[in-house]
Amino acid sequence: MTTAGSQITSPAQLEVPLVAPPAGGRRRSLKLTPGRIAVYAALTVLAIIVLYPMLWLFLSTFKPSSEFGQNQGLLPESPTIDNYLKVIEGIGGIPLWRFFSNSLLLAVAAVVGTLFSSSLAAYAFARIRFKGAGIFFAAMIGTLLLPFHVIILPQYIMFQRLDLVDTFWPLIIPKFLATEAFFVFLMVQFIRNIPRDMDEAARIDGAGHLRIFMSIILPLIKPALITSAIFTFIWTWNDFLGPLIYLTSPENYPLPIALRLYNDQTSTSDYGATIAISFVALLPVLLFFLVFQRFLVDGVATQGLKG
Amino acid sequence: MTTPTETPTTTVARDLPSSATPRQPRPASGSSRPGRSKQAASETRAGYSFLLPWMIGFLGLTIGPMLFSLYLAFTRYNIFTPPQWIGFDNFVRMFTEDQQFLQSVQVTLVYVLVGTPIKLAAALGVALLLNAVSKGSGFFRSAFYAPSLIGASVGVAIVWRAMFNSDGPVDAGLSAIGINIGGWVGNVALVLPMMILLAVWQFGAPMVIFLAGLKQIPRELYEAAQVDGAGKVRQFRSVTLPMLSSVIFFNLLLETINAFQVFASAYIISNGSGGPAGQTNFYTLYLYKRAFGDGQMGYASAMAWVLLVVVAIIAFIMFRTSKSWVHYAGDNR
Repeated sequence: MTTAGSQITSPAQLEVPLVAPPAGGRRRSLKLTPGRIAVYAALTVLAIIVLYPMLWLFLSTFKPSSEFGQNQGLLPESPTIDNYLKVIEGIGGIPLWRFFSNSLLLAVAAVVGTLFSSSLAAYAFARIRFKGAGIFFAAMIGTLLLPFHVIILPQYIMFQRLDLVDTFWPLIIPKFLATEAFFVFLMVQFIRNIPRDMDEAARIDGAGHLRIFMSIILPLIKPALITSAIFTFIWTWNDFLGPLIYLTSPENYPLPIALRLYNDQTSTSDYGATIAISFVALLPVLLFFLVFQRFLVDGVATQGLKG
Repeated sequence: MTTPTETPTTTVARDLPSSATPRQPRPASGSSRPGRSKQAASETRAGYSFLLPWMIGFLGLTIGPMLFSLYLAFTRYNIFTPPQWIGFDNFVRMFTEDQQFLQSVQVTLVYVLVGTPIKLAAALGVALLLNAVSKGSGFFRSAFYAPSLIGASVGVAIVWRAMFNSDGPVDAGLSAIGINIGGWVGNVALVLPMMILLAVWQFGAPMVIFLAGLKQIPRELYEAAQVDGAGKVRQFRSVTLPMLSSVIFFNLLLETINAFQVFASAYIISNGSGGPAGQTNFYTLYLYKRAFGDGQMGYASAMAWVLLVVVAIIAFIMFRTSKSWVHYAGDNR
């Protein structure tokens, strides 16, 4: 995991300086000059400000509802786990695990679909010479800047005609059709950096494109696949507009939509539970971040993912 | 795909021209014409086979819907009855009669034009600080990046509202130093600044990109500037900014386009209403309300196309003007 992060190669090789700082830099960094102390102090203050909302959220989940509005500090005066007990019960007779498993199902399906379809398309663009490749590649790059709202209404009408509203299909099918162009682009860049020698050797041995793709390219683009998988998981987990439009029955809701339900129905009466379920919804993303932070941050640094 | 009957040598001869940068000149007389075209056809077949899922998605979920949406923009359509052609009426109504539309444009523009520069300035400022130290910068980099990952989520919107409410910690902190606000969420003048603060809080993603760009600037340039007697400010203006201009351009383009599409946080903070007094009625939220609240699919499609054209014009202007201020490495201008 740790070494794979540094394998991410971008056209500009942005990663290199991060791994190997220029000679002389290290020696200087050990000396704590007044200027350097001031920079660290500024960074520490900033980090406290930036992380404060998350810390406040976590600690507030242990405050009883009655304490909100009186105790704005970080620490709960009379800590309790009642909020979590209430959250686990769910809302409107639907238990929390149902929303959680809906979210998980959607996110896992999105990861599988995105990796499958994006890697196939990326291989075609990066390794196969065929008529129209240039035009389609340019078209794919164009879709990167396309506002989602231009296509969401007709897509909704289409899925409504197909009687697929209130099922997971409208949210899953697009992932299997490589509609997230960013990941195709990321993988194309990655495959282009792989030397062709191995493909050509396999060609001589009589391997076709499918064999080369499966046994040479896929194993070599693992870092790009992992980066794409993590971002797809997190974006799908947090996605709000798609499920809001397509899912109408509460038993189909993923966490963000269930959260909205909580927010609408109980925010005035049960602050603690609303805060607690917000934390529960963010927890998998935060855990993912703690485990994969190098991957995520390097993915942004080298490829400019929107985050 | 290679068939077993082909000899290895023809496979190599065929493959060479297909590489992006042929290391050898194309063998002029190596293979016969019919064989070559057969091989090209098989490459094309393989290409489109691999591209099939993407192609279905591109035609069925992007291009098709785009064209359909363009058609709907000129109709009155509520899903249940057939679309009714009304020409430019939707667009005329938008810009002449619909006060809510005009207000949502204004609110969105303020959000984009004020929020994006502040966010990018914060990103650049913090990246410069991080670049000045090397020890522990990994920890800070991760800490500052985390909000970008969750900032657009429903959970964070709920937290933000709780924190800026009249009984939340932000007001409590401000009243401790003598500033009494009485809540940002319900305050017509302060709810938009609060939304901008939420955007600025997510400065981590552009910061990480700035930081990677800063590490790319050769140290010798600063040393040369120092020899010439340039101070820190002068070095920043004459070395850092020009060397970073391509990264600034990239971040500016991406963040501007993303800012136009803010949705979930505005929806949650205003309970879907866009209030108070339309101050969080961002473009996409208003579009959503028109389409799914009022069932005005034609009008909402027209709005979507206005957004597309505006985004395209902004991207076009940025690319055109970038020639005068974006400096690419190896470009001696």
